[in-house]
Amino acid sequence: MKSQVSRIIIVFLVLQTTIYAQTRDMALVKGGRYLPLYGRDSTVVEVGDFEMDIYPVTNTEYIDFLKKNPKWKKSKVISLFADKSYLINWETDEIIKSSEKPNSPATYISWFAAKAYCECKGKRLPTVDEWEYAAMADETVKDARVKPEYNAKILSWYEAPKTNQNIVGLHPKNVWGIYDLHGLVWEWTLDFNSVLITGESRKDVDKDSNLFCGSAAINATDLMNYAAFMRYAIRGSLKARYAMKNLGFRCVKPIKN
Amino acid sequence: MRYLKLVLSVFIITITIISCNSKAPKKLETYQCPMQCEGDKIYSEITSCPICKMDMKLIKNTSIKNNDNISQASIFNLTSKWHTEEGNEIQLKNLRGKTLVVVMIYTSCKAACPRLVADMRNIEAQIPTESLKKLNFVLITIDPKTDTPERLKAFALENYMDDEQWTFLQGTESSVREFANVLAMKYKQISPIDFSHSNIISVFNPEGELVHQQEGLGVNNKETVSEILKLVK
Repeated sequence: MKSQVSRIIIVFLVLQTTIYAQTRDMALVKGGRYLPLYGRDSTVVEVGDFEMDIYPVTNTEYIDFLKKNPKWKKSKVISLFADKSYLINWETDEIIKSSEKPNSPATYISWFAAKAYCECKGKRLPTVDEWEYAAMADETVKDARVKPEYNAKILSWYEAPKTNQNIVGLHPKNVWGIYDLHGLVWEWTLDFNSVLITGESRKDVDKDSNLFCGSAAINATDLMNYAAFMRYAIRGSLKARYAMKNLGFRCVKPIKN
Repeated sequence: MRYLKLVLSVFIITITIISCNSKAPKKLETYQCPMQCEGDKIYSEITSCPICKMDMKLIKNTSIKNNDNISQASIFNLTSKWHTEEGNEIQLKNLRGKTLVVVMIYTSCKAACPRLVADMRNIEAQIPTESLKKLNFVLITIDPKTDTPERLKAFALENYMDDEQWTFLQGTESSVREFANVLAMKYKQISPIDFSHSNIISVFNPEGELVHQQEGLGVNNKETVSEILKLVK
């Protein structure tokens, strides 16, 4: 009798480690104040502590999600939540095309699907500010934006073609222990639709005051940060049902104080 | 033996709580996890049977049923819950059957929102009275923290928008963000009391499918009105 109980406890303990393995796949990002490219009234923004996935979500992980949540399979997903490109690089509902790698970031995923994935894991998508805050770190410092080589490196990554076919974890991790924020794929953010630039430069100069209420408050703080401009421009041009080749995602978990 | 049972049940409960899959039905019952539950009219109305609600298979059926009844592009697929200015809790699908004219605003807004509201009233004024009962003008707040049902009601009274055809909705931060994304509407909180936002009026047919969007402030609403009139004929 006793041995039976202890056996169950052992099984439980073994399972426990796999259950909490998830936590180890995340890295702690200590919050703080920072000056984003587009902030509230162009002032510093406060970011709370959070944990972030150290890798973007991979194809393998996404397959797992689809098996548990069939309504997100490519044959089942409804058009309100994803456009026709959704999982276009998949052979069938549960198999990726032979040209794709299991360890590559999952792309061709809509915002709705990415949001659902994170919620299913008890997490959520990072906000623009959280993402940018974590991504301004390089291998040694938390805010590397002042280093010219930081920008140059990111831009050279942006120029490299077909990076979505690479596998995760090839670039060195940043100071938080997070990989691939730059150099692999663009990533969805929870409030990407808070970027109020139209993507048309003439309009942005004139502040399209008819389309956006309060657009005069929107000013870029660092005109040299081209890489950030590109990210914000992409966010500004996205719609939530778009699924794109170069657009993946990862999740975060805020830490409540 | 009793000890064994206790250990076993603790074990099972822990697993149930942790596994993602089993989380869904629990969520469905309370506030509907966007994972499993594609809000379906028929099934949520037969929710008198609590056993059915907990059944995972039933969720699959729901989504199939759903496809038959509500089209894929319909906003009634969203399962989030909203509070009206009268304090009722509804889902978007409760608005089914009427043409919807939707705008997102916040009541403390001093710049564009009064003009957006004026645009809405301007559109309303061009609809024949007998057609108004087939219409629902929906104003959704992007500031759900400040704009409580009480505040929305006061705003409605203040602006003479308290008739049957006006509906004000308060959601949650997440459901508002999701709905804005359905409308491709952008907004950002720029100070504790102010938001910047795109000025868009959207028209949905009675099945919740987007048929027309008018962008900008004080623009000529002829096209919007003619789309609405087509729908309420």
